[in-house]
This record gives sequence, C-alpha cells and structure tokens, in this order.
Amino acid sequence: MLKVENLHAVVDGKEILKGLSLEIPAGQVHAIMGPNGAGKSTLSYVLTGRDGYEVIEGSATLDGEDLLALAPDVRAARGVFLSFQYPLEIPGVPALTFIRTALNAQRRARGEDEVSAPAFLKLAREKAAALKIDFEMLKRALNVGFSGGEKKRMEILQMAMLSPRFLILDETDSGLDIDALRIVADGVNALRSPDRAMLVITHYQRLLDYIKPDRVHVLAGGRIVASGGPELAHELERGGYERYEQAA
Amino acid sequence: MSIATAIRDRDVAELPGRRDEDWRWTDLRGLIRKLPPPSEPFTAGVGDGPFDALAAERRVVVNGRGAEPIEVPRDASSIVAVRFVSRGAGVHIARLNIFLGANARLVLLESYESNGASLSEAALNITLGAGAVVERVVLAQDHAEAVSVSQADVTLASRATFGQTTVASGARRQRLETRVLHPGGQASLRLDGVYLLADKRHSDQTTVVTHAGTDGVTAQLTKGVVRDQARGVFQGRIVVEEGADRTDARMGHHALILSDRAEVDAKPELEIFADEVACAHGNTVGALDEDALFYARQRGMPEDDARALLTEAFIGEVVDRIDHAGAREVVRAWVAERLRG
Repeated sequence: MLKVENLHAVVDGKEILKGLSLEIPAGQVHAIMGPNGAGKSTLSYVLTGRDGYEVIEGSATLDGEDLLALAPDVRAARGVFLSFQYPLEIPGVPALTFIRTALNAQRRARGEDEVSAPAFLKLAREKAAALKIDFEMLKRALNVGFSGGEKKRMEILQMAMLSPRFLILDETDSGLDIDALRIVADGVNALRSPDRAMLVITHYQRLLDYIKPDRVHVLAGGRIVASGGPELAHELERGGYERYEQAA
Repeated sequence: MSIATAIRDRDVAELPGRRDEDWRWTDLRGLIRKLPPPSEPFTAGVGDGPFDALAAERRVVVNGRGAEPIEVPRDASSIVAVRFVSRGAGVHIARLNIFLGANARLVLLESYESNGASLSEAALNITLGAGAVVERVVLAQDHAEAVSVSQADVTLASRATFGQTTVASGARRQRLETRVLHPGGQASLRLDGVYLLADKRHSDQTTVVTHAGTDGVTAQLTKGVVRDQARGVFQGRIVVEEGADRTDARMGHHALILSDRAEVDAKPELEIFADEVACAHGNTVGALDEDALFYARQRGMPEDDARALLTEAFIGEVVDRIDHAGAREVVRAWVAERLRG
C-alpha cells in the first residue's frame, strides 16, 4: 500500500523530514508517535500535497504510484484521506453540499457516475446516525460554530462517506472527551478492512487503546528512530520521548 | 456637479470627479475629455430583461426615454421590472419617481443594460408611506466601455421597510449610489451589495444613510470579488443625527482580491451625534483562504472547483438575504455564471 523511502522535506527553508522511511501494507494500522516538532504533521501534509511542503529527496508511493507527482485532489481521488488536526471552517457551504461536491469530484476523477441525490442523502443519514451526529447539523455551514469534538466527528463522517483506501488521522484525539473519543474510534474501526491501510498520528498513547495499531513508530528529529509492536506505545507513555530526542 | 448639469451646459467640467470627496475613486471629470453626443431615440427591439418572467408589470427605459412614474396606492401590492437600457455611444439621463402609499408593497426589479460606450445617468426618487414595504433588487450588467451611474434617493416613513440588493459586474466606470433618509420610528432598512469584477472593469457602490429619528434599524452587507486589473469601490456612510437615539446600524464590507493587480478601495464611515446607539462596522479585504482551499482539495475537489465553491459561498451570504425567492434565484444564477467564468 504506502511506501515512503528516505523522505526529506523542507518547510519555510527548514528541513523538517530528514530521511523518513515507512511501509504500511494493506490491512494494517500503523501509529506514529513523537514529540512536538518531530515532523508528524509535516508528514501528513507532504503525503497529501499541501503547498509549501517541498520534498527535496526520497519518494512516497501508493500501490506503486508516485504520490508526490499528483495534485492534492488527484491523491484524494486515488483514496488518500487526511483527517485534519484542526478541521477548517467553511462559511456558506452546508456540510452536505461540501461532502457531496467532494464525493462527486472524486467519482468523476475515477470515471464513475455521480451519486444520485436520494442515494447520497440515504448514505449521509446512515453514517451520521452511526457517529451520533444530528442530521440537521449537516445542513449548517461545515464546521462553522462547531465544537472541537463536533469537528472531529465531521472529519470521520467525511471519511466514512468518501470511503478512502489510505487514511491518515492527524491528532484525531485532541480536543475529544472520553465519550466522543469512543464514538470517533468506533467510526475509524468500522473502516478497517483488508484493502485499507491507516496511519494514526498521535502524541499520546490514549487513542491507541481504542484504535489498536499493528505497528508503532517513533518519529523524532524528522526520522523514524524506533519501531515495534503496540507495546512500544505503552513504553513511550511511561518513559517519554526524551531518550529518542537525544538519539535523533 | 452631476452628469445632468454637464449635459445641460455641454461642459465636461461639470462632471463629478476627484475634487468631489464622494467621487474621488470614480473620477468622471478626469476620464471624459469630451461629452458624447446626446443619445438618439432607439426604436428597435431590446430583447428580454433578466427579471421579465417574475414581474407583473414591465417597464423599459431606453436611452433615457420612457420613464413613467410608478405609483403603488395604499394597501396595494405590485412587482415591477424596470430596465434602463442604453443603446449606442451617446449620453442620456432618465428620471424615475416611485411612490408608495401607506402599507403598500412593491418588489422593484431593476436592471442596467448597456451595449457600448454610452454615458448614462438614472436618477430615482423612491418615497415610501407609513408601513410600506419595498424590496429593490438591482442587476447592473453594463458594457465594458460604458460609463453608467445610478443614483437613488429613498425616503422612508415610520414603520416602513426598505430592502435593497445591488449586484454589479462593473463597466468602464459604474456607480450605484443610494441615499436613504431614515426617519426612525421602527422603520427598517437593509442595504446590501455584490460586485464581481474582472478585466479592467470598475464598480462603485456608495451609500449614505441618515438616521433622523429614534429607533431606526439599518443592516448593511456588501461583498465583492475582484480579479485581473479590476477595481471595486465601496463607500458607506451612516449618519446618526442628534436625537436619533436607540438607532441600531450595522455595516459590513468584505472583498476578495484574486489577483495582484486588482484593487479595492473602501471607506466605511459612521458619524454619530446621538446617544444609546448600537453602531458597528466591519471591513475586510483579502485573498481566498489558502487553508480552506487545501482542505477542499484534500477532499477531492479540483482547484478551480474548490475556488468556485468557496467564492460562491462567500457571495452567497449576501444573495441569501434577498427576500423574493424568484429574484434571489436569478441573482444566484447570475453570480454563479460569472464566478465560474
């Protein structure tokens, strides 16, 4: 599925990723943990193609296709989805309109028919109910005036509706109370499947109690400095990142 | 200083220009070296207007001719489409008087349609009786070489309601000016505007609201999108006279500049001489939010689609405030067509 090799990336003239390598096979969930400033969000933006995140060396491929050569919307149509750490407010665009526009754009890019209005609404009702989102909320401008927890739930709703193949969750647990965390985690776990892969970026181990990873990587100083099983997350929770920061 | 006196005296020095404070960003005096000849009567057909299908009554004023007064008697109700059509490259003015009796209702659907380098002025006087309700929607779709000025003087009475949305795509010089005498007394005013400008077009939306009595309400929202070398002008003045206590007036102007060479000049002014008033204004001019743009693209929208969606939503906030559903949809379609290019 995803293969990242020796990735070096520069933001504002400063090298943030310094030779990052990572491989996530289909069907697996990998977690990336690391201290603030390690490059976690930079990795998510490089993989999704945000302006200002310049790759100077290395590669990132999805099923063998060079991701870095594709525009952000083309990557999305190929199945790359980023759940933002800070989801944007989109004044004037109802959530339903936004999601439907996105879904149909992806379908057009893949040469598929647009989804009909009744089919779309049925899907939206179903997924919103599963995430305990009031359907009326989807008629409001996306994320405008929503609480932190509501915004994160809207991210997972979009994910469920767009049905991506490769999912990046950037600090999805931040700003969530324990009940919201459980709902969001259930939503994410419902998307686990043999043909999907996930990259869960988090500062704390807490989220990984709910979304159980197959592998855990430690990102420090722009590189993966340690990898292991789920037990590595617990180890980090006890011992902190200090020794890895020194190693980096 | 006006186009009318310039025509009367055949003297370009009478045109308004930069020395008139209110006209400094729409300098006709500096632009026009020689007055064009007076427009000839135009007798051929002028096609359909943008609001024809919605109106109970249709008026067409061509090259300044045919502006018969509109009167809506007490308690009556009407929907009137008025087209100010300019054909050719002459100069002309039109005057239109509109009267509403007490509790009368009017939806005024107005359009400006020029097809060449004309110089035109339309002067409207709109007088509302007590409790009368007017919604005025103006679609100014002028020719790129036209100089087009519309000036409306509106006089409200107590409990009257006046709602207005001016929508403009600019011209060589285009000005939509509205002056409202607001007597207070629970009269309510909404003054909205939209300008969508491309190429070298210019559009000026100028409003002056004078609150002369207590308990008046004014809500104003103007939004613009300018690209290429276009220039948008917004001047909004709200005067709250001495004794006009408990006035509630809010003015917002927000513009998106989509190219380095486009320009927006804005001058919001509040002059308050009364007590206990609630007055506020907000003014922002900037680019489309790059973070929101990336967010939309990450969800799969191609860049042009994402820009169009966000820009339409930006303007949509003003369009949504139009009460008359049919006019709202005409304006929405007109905006979408221009933003999607």
